[in-house]
Amino acid sequence: MNEYVSLFIKAVFVENLALAFFLGMCTFLAVSKKISTAIGLGVAVMVVQVITVPVNNLVYHTLLKEDALSWLGITGVDLSFLVLLSCIGMIAALVQILEMILDKFFPALFHALGVFLPLITVNCAILGGSLFMIERDYDFTQSVVYGVGSGFGWMLAITVMAGVREKLKYSDIPKGLEGLGITFISAGLMSLGFMAFSGIQL
Amino acid sequence: MSAVVDTKEIDTKKILTDPLVNNNPITLQVLGICSALAVTSQMSTSLIMAVALTAVTACSSAAISTIRNHIPGSIRIIVQMTIIASLVIVVDQVLKAFVYDISKQLSVFVGLIITNCIVMGRAEAYAMKNPPMASFIDGLGNGAGYSLILIIVAFFRELFGSGKLLGIEIFPLTKDGGWYDPNGLMLLPPSAFFIIGLLIWVFRQWKPEQLEEPDFKIMDISHGEGGHH
Repeated sequence: MNEYVSLFIKAVFVENLALAFFLGMCTFLAVSKKISTAIGLGVAVMVVQVITVPVNNLVYHTLLKEDALSWLGITGVDLSFLVLLSCIGMIAALVQILEMILDKFFPALFHALGVFLPLITVNCAILGGSLFMIERDYDFTQSVVYGVGSGFGWMLAITVMAGVREKLKYSDIPKGLEGLGITFISAGLMSLGFMAFSGIQL
Repeated sequence: MSAVVDTKEIDTKKILTDPLVNNNPITLQVLGICSALAVTSQMSTSLIMAVALTAVTACSSAAISTIRNHIPGSIRIIVQMTIIASLVIVVDQVLKAFVYDISKQLSVFVGLIITNCIVMGRAEAYAMKNPPMASFIDGLGNGAGYSLILIIVAFFRELFGSGKLLGIEIFPLTKDGGWYDPNGLMLLPPSAFFIIGLLIWVFRQWKPEQLEEPDFKIMDISHGEGGHH
């Protein structure tokens, strides 16, 4: 249990996908003008992350890993070079299915998250989460915890960023820094803040 | 924010040089920032990354443009993704074969070229509407614009962070008896944000048409309409 708590804390704070690895930066900068939209996108990312990381973990361990096909009686086959293609295909398919399910059974949620779902397929935080999971060789339970943690961390980061930007628009900024420039600088300061967690060992 | 390059006739030089400063993918179109920040703590990794991304963007744009009239609109994203992912697998395998150390350092970021918005963005915005040759050049140009920023950021981060360029010592460090005390912050993630932010500032001072309109203006009361007399 302790191990999982530690993994969760690490995924949320120490190895925050947005602020320590810069994943999902494009959407992070583009959709953080208002807190409400930022939370919407954050929740959508978290939901997709929680589903895709464990599913990709299953696919990797049962189909692609070296000798993973031994349950079919095929040995000596290493398909791990297909990881990239299978991960992105899986993510695109799952996002599509999620969109249909939400549309059919939870129309209210669909309207809240709908516009963000297509964006998520090309959000590198999602693909990055799956690739980190494979690189670090997490087992199934770890991958569930990592999915929840990393998704939550991303949501936290974009919400805080939106809060900062809502205040920022009232301030008097040098002309050339207006807009994107100052957003980068404030993201840098936030990232500096998150670095304070880097020494934490649980 | 993304300015569309509208050229009816193919003006090769313009397509190639426009993305360098005037329509830079990172500082103006806000595309492909993730990897720009993550791989720039050393010159060598950023050079490899720049070459890899330029190759993928150019080839994928050309390939997508070749079959653009046969892709059904509703599944175009999947088709584009498949083409891009296959190209990235090729790049990944080539890097693993020839520069294994750097490929290890880049870790997942080679794979993340798939979701790099520059590749998708150019495929959607340019390659779907233009012939293959022009799309190829557009891909090269945007790759070059990305590489330019990557190399500038990496230059500052490596030079001030460890006193080296491409692993060759430029500033002798104090711990080896020299005079330069390295600035550790430069090697940490936040410095990349600061450098790109400042770079945008420089670009926009130089090219005022890139300035953004502020959401709110501070009103000068003495000249305002309802001002006091």
